[in-house]
Amino acid sequence: MIWLSLLMALPLVGSLVVAALPKTNEKLVKQVALATTLVVMGTTIAMAVGFQRDNVELQFVEKYSWIPSFGINYALGIDGLALVLILMSTILAPVVVLAGWNEAHGGRWSIKTFYILILVLETMIIGVFTATDVFLFYVIFEAMLIPVYFLIGGYGTGERSAAAVKFLIYSLFGGLLMLASIIALYVMSGAQGGHTFDLVALSHLEMSSTTQNLLFLGFFIAFAIKAPLWPLHTWLPDAAQSATPGTSVLLLGILDKVGTFGMIRYCLTLFPDASKTFTPMILVLALISIVYGAILAIGQRDLKRLIAFTSISHFGFITMGIFAMTSQGHSGATLYMFNHGFSTAALFLVGGWMISRRGSSTISDFGGLQRVTPVMAWTFFLAGMSSLALPGLSSFVSEFLVLVGTFTRYPVHAIIATFGIVLAALYILIPVQKALHGPITPGNEDLSDLNIREKIAIAPVIAIIVALGFYPSPLLKVINPAATHVIAQLGFSDPVPNLTSEGK
Amino acid sequence: MIFTAPVLNYTLLSPILILLGGALIGVLVEAFISKALRPITQLSITIGTLVLSLSQVWKIRNEQSMTAAMGSVVIDGPAILMQASILIISIISVFLIADTDHFTALAAALPGSDEERHSLQTGNQVTEVYPLTLFAISGMMLFPISSDLITLFVALEMLSLPLYIMAGLSRRRRLASQEAALKYFLLGAFSSAFFLFGMAYLYGYSASVTFAGIRQSVVGGSGNDILLFIGIAFLSIGLLFKVSAVPFHAWSPDVYQGAPTPVTGFMAAATKVAAFGAMLRIYYTVFANAEWSWTPMLSGIAIVTMLFGSLVAIAQRDVKRMLAYSSIAHAGFLLTGVIALNKAGLEASIFYLFAYGIATVGAFAIVTLVRDSGGEVTDLNRWKGLGKRSPWVAATFAGFLLAFAGIPLTSGFIGKFSIFSAAYESGAKGVVIVGVLSSAIAAFFYIRVIVLMFFTDPIQDGTSVEIPSVLTRITVIFSMIVTIALGVFPAPLLNVISNLGTFIR
Repeated sequence: MIWLSLLMALPLVGSLVVAALPKTNEKLVKQVALATTLVVMGTTIAMAVGFQRDNVELQFVEKYSWIPSFGINYALGIDGLALVLILMSTILAPVVVLAGWNEAHGGRWSIKTFYILILVLETMIIGVFTATDVFLFYVIFEAMLIPVYFLIGGYGTGERSAAAVKFLIYSLFGGLLMLASIIALYVMSGAQGGHTFDLVALSHLEMSSTTQNLLFLGFFIAFAIKAPLWPLHTWLPDAAQSATPGTSVLLLGILDKVGTFGMIRYCLTLFPDASKTFTPMILVLALISIVYGAILAIGQRDLKRLIAFTSISHFGFITMGIFAMTSQGHSGATLYMFNHGFSTAALFLVGGWMISRRGSSTISDFGGLQRVTPVMAWTFFLAGMSSLALPGLSSFVSEFLVLVGTFTRYPVHAIIATFGIVLAALYILIPVQKALHGPITPGNEDLSDLNIREKIAIAPVIAIIVALGFYPSPLLKVINPAATHVIAQLGFSDPVPNLTSEGK
Repeated sequence: MIFTAPVLNYTLLSPILILLGGALIGVLVEAFISKALRPITQLSITIGTLVLSLSQVWKIRNEQSMTAAMGSVVIDGPAILMQASILIISIISVFLIADTDHFTALAAALPGSDEERHSLQTGNQVTEVYPLTLFAISGMMLFPISSDLITLFVALEMLSLPLYIMAGLSRRRRLASQEAALKYFLLGAFSSAFFLFGMAYLYGYSASVTFAGIRQSVVGGSGNDILLFIGIAFLSIGLLFKVSAVPFHAWSPDVYQGAPTPVTGFMAAATKVAAFGAMLRIYYTVFANAEWSWTPMLSGIAIVTMLFGSLVAIAQRDVKRMLAYSSIAHAGFLLTGVIALNKAGLEASIFYLFAYGIATVGAFAIVTLVRDSGGEVTDLNRWKGLGKRSPWVAATFAGFLLAFAGIPLTSGFIGKFSIFSAAYESGAKGVVIVGVLSSAIAAFFYIRVIVLMFFTDPIQDGTSVEIPSVLTRITVIFSMIVTIALGVFPAPLLNVISNLGTFIR
């Protein structure tokens, strides 16, 4: 059964149905969008059941010729890594639709357009994680920018069009660098036995180390902009501040994962030697991101910008886990991507509700919410705790794995990164204290607590955060074989802890 | 003395002969048909001629690899493809030309004179534009299939002269239009002189005006290289002028802006196909073995053209001038296909030319729709909020801009990918890297227009979007469909091109 094409087709069909609905019947539009995302989620889960966990080969493979004269195929397939990310995306999509039920109302265009864009984006998100043809990946990677651009620019607040343009220019620039690398790969494949874009075939290309380094950079910069890694992150806070909470969840929770996913899928697979060459530099960038993102998060007055900077810190952790080149680090990074999606979603969605109720996103405008709106306050608190990786919540497991994985090979880096955790406590607890506790700030007395729809929307997110905090192994069983496989392919073996009998 | 009658091989020449016949009938129509019936008669004749010519091209597609008219033209795969591209682009351009609101009522009347006012009141129309268009098209059809220098020059003049007149026919801002026409004419004449000069040197070098003869001398390598070098340089100036490559681009922004918009669209798209068609043939066949003498020069020009076009376009405040600079940048991208000098490069260039031409006509079609009481509004500031007032028009224009920017799932991306990969394959890595960088710069100004249309609030100044006529609508919809279809599913066209795309020498 062609599961992956089906997954990609469903949201597209949904968007066509939405397009055919009358503009005036907003409720129906939303219901159809929600139903579509729920169906996609159900289908993904049904597919995930059939996934063979211990098989490290690509599964659910599909391959059709697309542009034969360039050797381009419509080729799909997933491994554990991709499966986890698709699961995350398709679970978050209905949450975003339900949670942001009214967020499209301040937009430039109709509610209908908003949901068409969201559904088209979901198709592309699934496509970008499943493509195994480099050209197909690139096409989706770039085409994805268009719906996001219109989502930020059309439905955001404040300086939305400037933020949208900044996002697009950054991404296009990275994308074009990647295109140059892809062209080089294509030409080299032609010289070495026929033009192809097949990921596996390309990974066997012979190339000089200079070429490999240059091509690696083309890919890596594109992904580092997406991820985003310091110093290529400056578009993110602006975009997150301007976009609606739902769009921010899609952007930071899902789309930015394409960057870290791409580092594993493309940078490490296609350019193993160059990856090793650049590892020290990338680890330094990752460390800077961790600490820099955390420090700037502490200094933010705007709730949305704060969440954006926490994400920069978290992406530093993920990148460090990837380039630590140990299987724990890799598993941790992949699990981190999944968990970050949910904790960021919780923060943005609850934060978004707080902001829309208060009519301001400045943290100091809140205060005493715990007494006025206890449910909302406690949900935000829990989301925050997940973001600072409190033991017992899901992020803890992944952050711990990343640190352990890094420590075995790069102890100094791991120790510095640990400061990120301390800073995380600050950047979460300070806003929690300001916004939730203390006396009720004037103007907050009449805020309403979460309604049923909002509770239903956030419940699965919180449930996943808590459940995976206590029992992450179902997910790790899917992730571990893939992670070990990547590390083994790179020719690394995990360092064995140097336990001698000295202590006796 | 025995006189052998020349063998012309009329079948192979028929597409051009049909066009010339149609144009001559058009001239007669001007003389003998009453004023009221002229527009519709001319339009039907023109479209009929073009369609007939296109079907003739289709018929002779398998009779390729043949020369006609005693070896002065050659009909091979690329020739068929170029001719078909020119005809298809011309048909949709003529649909735009049919909207007479763009053309002056009486071209001979002085701007602002009583005569002009009178002719406007009586509803005069310059239906001469139709035969002129047909003459220009027949020149364009001949240009890429010429295989000796004399025919090449005749074709060049045949396509240029009608265009000079057409550029000056604008209904509004007539002085600017006439200035554009004069500028185009003077600079065009200048470049023709260079072209002729180059021809003379090439004749001096090889004692032949036929491509085959010159090629033989180049392959033999016994001639005086200095003569060859000067010949190539001056011939190239003439060609580069036509494609508006830097530093021979100075005419194009003014002409693009001044000419009636349908003419601009036609000129921008079809002339490019014809000129690049000829250029590809000359460099790929005649001078292929003298690569050393022209690839460094063309690489330099390509780099400068791409960067200059993209950078200067950023500063433009007028949509037609912006498109002019964008077309300069695209000329640079196309030059990378010439430099590639391999089969992939030829195929990519043909694809790119077709895709770009169609999108260009579509984009200019949209420009004709945005108007106020004084005619078209080309000031970009007044395009603000277009997306709010007419979402479909704005969305279509955005689609064309994204294709120009080379965003995936549009024809522009496939074109750019194939042309850059061909150039990279031939070793022109530096040019490709500059090309990719200038694509990034170019993306910036295309996106700026999208921001303007969608993300800024409209200003109330009477700018409105005309309801497109049926013909304009056909042009826009056809261009959009082709642009998307070639982006999503380019395989059929690429296959056709790769089956036909080899020059015979």
